[in-house]
Amino acid sequence: MFLLSLAWRSLGNRRLISVLTAASIALSVALLVGIEHVRMGVRESFAGTIRGTDLIVGARGGTTQVLLSTVFGMSMPNGSVSWGTYERWAAHPAVKWTIPYALGDAHRGHRVIGTTAAFFERYRFRDQSVTFSSGRAPANDREIAIGWDVAARLSYAVDSQVTLAHGLAAVSFAQHEAHPFTVSGVIARTFTPIDRALYSTLEGLTVMHDDEAASGGLMMGPPPEARALGEKPPITAFLVGTKNRFETLQLQREMNEDQREPLTAIIPGVALQQLWQIIGSAEVGLRLVALFTVLVGLIGMVVALYASLESRRREMAILRAVGAGPRLIVSLLVLESGLLALVGAVGGVGLVYAGITVARSAVEARFGLALTLHPLGATEWAYLAVVVSAGTLVGVLPAWRAYRSSLADGLSPKL
Amino acid sequence: MSSTTDGAGAPPRPAAELRDVRFAYQGGCDVLDLPALTIGRGERCFLHGPSGSGKTTLLGLLAGVLVPRTGTVQVLGTTLSALSSGARDRFRAEHLGYVFQMFNLIPYLSVRENITLPCRLSPARRARLRGVDANIEAAQLAARLEIAELLDQPVTALSVGQQQRVGVARALIGAPELVVCDEPTSALDSDRRDRFLELLFARCDEAGSALVFVSHDLSLATRFQRTVALPELNTAAGREMVG
Repeated sequence: MFLLSLAWRSLGNRRLISVLTAASIALSVALLVGIEHVRMGVRESFAGTIRGTDLIVGARGGTTQVLLSTVFGMSMPNGSVSWGTYERWAAHPAVKWTIPYALGDAHRGHRVIGTTAAFFERYRFRDQSVTFSSGRAPANDREIAIGWDVAARLSYAVDSQVTLAHGLAAVSFAQHEAHPFTVSGVIARTFTPIDRALYSTLEGLTVMHDDEAASGGLMMGPPPEARALGEKPPITAFLVGTKNRFETLQLQREMNEDQREPLTAIIPGVALQQLWQIIGSAEVGLRLVALFTVLVGLIGMVVALYASLESRRREMAILRAVGAGPRLIVSLLVLESGLLALVGAVGGVGLVYAGITVARSAVEARFGLALTLHPLGATEWAYLAVVVSAGTLVGVLPAWRAYRSSLADGLSPKL
Repeated sequence: MSSTTDGAGAPPRPAAELRDVRFAYQGGCDVLDLPALTIGRGERCFLHGPSGSGKTTLLGLLAGVLVPRTGTVQVLGTTLSALSSGARDRFRAEHLGYVFQMFNLIPYLSVRENITLPCRLSPARRARLRGVDANIEAAQLAARLEIAELLDQPVTALSVGQQQRVGVARALIGAPELVVCDEPTSALDSDRRDRFLELLFARCDEAGSALVFVSHDLSLATRFQRTVALPELNTAAGREMVG
């Protein structure tokens, strides 16, 4: 206890250098633990974006692309799925419900999704369904529901007028001005890509394109006269809920082997795992960077301890002169480095929690990433144990050097 | 490590005994060449000499801070040069009190903590208090050195004279058998110097401690049982002037 008090007060006597050393460790640890928190947050957010959907079906192509374009509003869809094919699979005996997705238009950088009322009834994220903070779901081909971020960013509310643009690009010169929409409702915040999208009825998108073609403006997909009377335009994907989860794999196989139209049916959880494997190497890279930062922090601590030894030769010599043995001197310096590492580690974790507390709203609003304040996981505890142990061990070197220094030199003033 | 206990009936071993001691700082020639010097148990020895005559070097050898190039330094029957560095540290903690010329206090500790430091660092020194709490012993010493009201002050807040007295109290706590003082009165006024010497002598008498006292102030010599002029003993003196 006396040794601990001595070490603590000795550190306090060199407050500035101690604080700077602990701060460098804290920043390294914050980076290490922060990356782990963000990594888990990203995974939780991604995994929580879609729940209860057994299959996502799109045109034949990459599984990740189907997942990203449908659920996360990223990347381009593989292609289109005919309405007939959609209806055929919707009527499959194993299928309980379906949600059609039609992508292809945007509004000021936000994707517009044509869907049906099933989306608002069936879609689940983090075990919650889509609700409205104001208004309601679109009920006709002139209405559109908007996500929370869209409303906030563009200052839209119920009854605002919205004109869609052709394509998914952020900037488009092809506006569907002949068919403006009226905002029917603002979807309550979900912290998922839903917040950044607009949802119209499938009919709304069809009529919009038909109106545009009739007015001699933009023309999308097959011209109205090319489609059979009453035939709906193709969609880009559809979500499927099965009656029995055990039938999901069989259904997926059947869809992937569809002889009439090539499809890609993915199980969201499996596709997410594949996605993690793809970005896993990036995570490893980030961890390596963080570990090197910790290493640099520890080297900085050795440098600081070594540098302080010169000015502490006298202090060490006095302690030896009044009876401190080699074990005590070494223990004192090792304890000091251990304390610095411990304070740095605790400070680093504190920084991460404080950072998440302060920035979580901004991060959620800006990136749709729901960072949660969860207790440290096994990996994070392991990191901290390594940092504190390494921090303690690196104290041995300067400690031994301190003890080996001449006692007489330390007791005499040096010129 | 040889025993420090005298055998029954045998004459008591001297507090310190130096034989044919030669010492040189690294890379230099001998600064101390001492054929023989014996300090008896409980003896008060006044050591003087001009700067560079080897006074501080001699004290360093007696305290085991320095090790002779040749010859032997025995303190309480123990040959210090035969001990490892760590063992010398422990021996010093248990048996010696050292008042440094430069005070050598720990700047981040209070007066009380500096005084009790030897007892906290060495169980053997603590055992010499015979059950008395180190803080109580420190308070008694501080009272006699007129620094009782400063016990909880940081030593950095003290004047030079007060710091000197803290250094003295630290050396005296636990009644060590040998007390070496390197110009301890240099920072004291004459009143305080006299009271300090009274306390020093009283404490040494109580504990039976031998005292080796270095000073330039020759007027103090009459208060000691024995006076040693180091230049007369040190045959290396004058070859190179080192303090």
